[in-house]
Amino acid sequence: MIIENSEILLSVKDLTAEVDGNSILKGVNLAVRSGEIHAIMGPNGSGKSTFSKALAGHPAYEVTGGEAIFQGKNLLEMEPEERARAGVFLAFQYPLEIPGVSNLDFLRVAYNSRRKEQGLEELDAFDFDDLIQEKLDVVKMDAAFLNRSVNEGFSGGEKKRNEILQMALLEPKIAILDETDSGLDIDALKIVANGVNQLASPENATILITHYQRLLNYIVPDYVHVMARGQIIKSGGKELALELESRGYDWVLEQAGAEVGV
Amino acid sequence: MSIQVSPTVTNGSHGNVSGENNYLLELLQQCQKGVETLHVTSLQEIRDRASAIIRQSTLPTTKIEEWRFTDLSALKQIDFQAAVPCGLPEALVAPLTFPEAANSRLVFINGVYASELSAIGDLPKGVVVSNLSGLPAEYRDRIYNYLAKSEGGEEIFTTLNTAGMTDVAVVWISKNVVVETPIHLLFIANSFRTPTINQPRCLVVAETGSSVTLVEDYLNQFNIEEPETSEAEVSETVYFTNAVTEIWLGENAQVRHTRVERESVEAFHIGKTAITQARDSRYTCNAITLGAKLSRHNLDIFQTGEQTETILNGLTMVAGQQTADTHSAIALNYPYGMSRQLHKCIVADKAHTVFNGRVFVAKAAQLTDAGQLNRNLLLSPKARVDTKPQLEIIADNVKCSHGATVSQLEDDEIFYLQSRGINAADAQNLLVNAFAAEIINQLPILSLQQTLLKAVTREATTLNLAD
Repeated sequence: MIIENSEILLSVKDLTAEVDGNSILKGVNLAVRSGEIHAIMGPNGSGKSTFSKALAGHPAYEVTGGEAIFQGKNLLEMEPEERARAGVFLAFQYPLEIPGVSNLDFLRVAYNSRRKEQGLEELDAFDFDDLIQEKLDVVKMDAAFLNRSVNEGFSGGEKKRNEILQMALLEPKIAILDETDSGLDIDALKIVANGVNQLASPENATILITHYQRLLNYIVPDYVHVMARGQIIKSGGKELALELESRGYDWVLEQAGAEVGV
Repeated sequence: MSIQVSPTVTNGSHGNVSGENNYLLELLQQCQKGVETLHVTSLQEIRDRASAIIRQSTLPTTKIEEWRFTDLSALKQIDFQAAVPCGLPEALVAPLTFPEAANSRLVFINGVYASELSAIGDLPKGVVVSNLSGLPAEYRDRIYNYLAKSEGGEEIFTTLNTAGMTDVAVVWISKNVVVETPIHLLFIANSFRTPTINQPRCLVVAETGSSVTLVEDYLNQFNIEEPETSEAEVSETVYFTNAVTEIWLGENAQVRHTRVERESVEAFHIGKTAITQARDSRYTCNAITLGAKLSRHNLDIFQTGEQTETILNGLTMVAGQQTADTHSAIALNYPYGMSRQLHKCIVADKAHTVFNGRVFVAKAAQLTDAGQLNRNLLLSPKARVDTKPQLEIIADNVKCSHGATVSQLEDDEIFYLQSRGINAADAQNLLVNAFAAEIINQLPILSLQQTLLKAVTREATTLNLAD
């Protein structure tokens, strides 16, 4: 939802980053205001996942230039956990399996880390149980998943729902969903999209990273950006996604090539 | 009973009587100081036989294959004296006990039975839990069919224990008796100023069709939940525990055995567990090793009948300069035998673990199913793991597998946890705990599970502070 003069939550300027010495991001610019939903689309290898990992602080993705300011704070100077506690959430394309760590314990420790950051008292196991039951509804998840190890033996759809459950619990200011639609059947997609829509509010913002229009039928973006060769080369409204779906990416690449001389 | 193969080799080199065995003789002399209190002919015969072997042996060196990775020279530098019998206040011992075994506990301090701290009651008829002198008359002779009769008992430290045997913790479960209450055998070392040697000894006989849960626990008097021990006190806690446990399972008997070694970090601990399993019996061992400067657990299993099941779980967590060695040997000698082994090690700082697991499948052991896995987690670049899984199969129709893995904490796993607001140190703790929990969660006693999980967490937290 586009709100006049709402707060700029995230401002990215000329962000460059590399992985294993290979330059991937070559100057990304993006501003996200509260209330907004942005979709970032683009062909494989265009740098979409690198962008999300760099914002979340993955150590393998080295930021080499530019800035990312989140609510006035320099995101790039913060540890990954500090970014998370400040309100940045990354839903992973491939959520990790962590054998032996119970999902419930993991969620409680994560939740209490955020509480501590906010100067609030940590919730005990009993109160946390009540809270998590409520959040399970958002993604229609069975409570049995709480007693299993984090993502271990979960299907693709269950892993993605577990990501959205974490998001529901941590209530981030900005959520970056990295190809959350990949590997989902239509029912799971609807559940995940419905969860994301429930959590969207005028106080927060969402960045959807996706290849396909399909997800955008359920989560309607305010802005659509096309990323290619490590840059955002075109931005538009939700109708841009439909155009990309029918015409592919080539025409945008050609247009951009002509303009910037790539 | 016929046992075709002995899975262990003799550790002492017999016949080499020279200046080198003076140390061993000195140990023997110290161990035998308290012996004269018991005048039982059968016991004296057993001791004499063992003493004769000791007089012709020396301690193993790293030149002997079975001790290649575990150097005993630090032990040999210390003159251990006979441990002095002493009491301990009940308040100090109470935190070391389990509510689950409140009335089924034997306590030994420095190898000497402490009746005032032990508690036996509420056990079904046909169950005897006692030290040697308290043993009912009808059991006194019966134990000599089993005591020091296990195969593989020729190891030098086991022999030393036998030669100096003063008392024995005896657990005897009669035919078809099922004991629901776990039995706790608590061995506390209490050593001040003078380094001492103590030699706990256990004998467990589970007759045909019986079932029992057993916890064997080795620690020192400071090993309470939140130790407030001064560094000086800890540094004085240098001692040597040389423990031997023999367990005999009759046909169709079931023993769930937990062995916890959480001695002082300045202590030496050498332990032998010898298991003899008759047909259709089921034995489970959960061996937890957290303590001692240098520890070694020799775990020998003999399946002596068909369709016998052995499950061995192990967890070793060491840091600082600790060395922990687990040597297991399973001899599957009959058809339809089954064994499963999962041994996990967490190694930090400059610590060192050794795992040597031998599985022997004899020619007669057709349709045997044996699996073994050793997993190691290294938390520091200077930590060291030596692992040697050994599978020897003579039978031709069997299902056997073994393997070993060595890994570090995965950066991606830590990042995943960090991305949810958990700081790097807590993330590491969660992952280390998870690695350990796979074994600890299988322990049959909830309060022990909780105590050990806390101990592992405390250890993991200390490691982070040390970084």
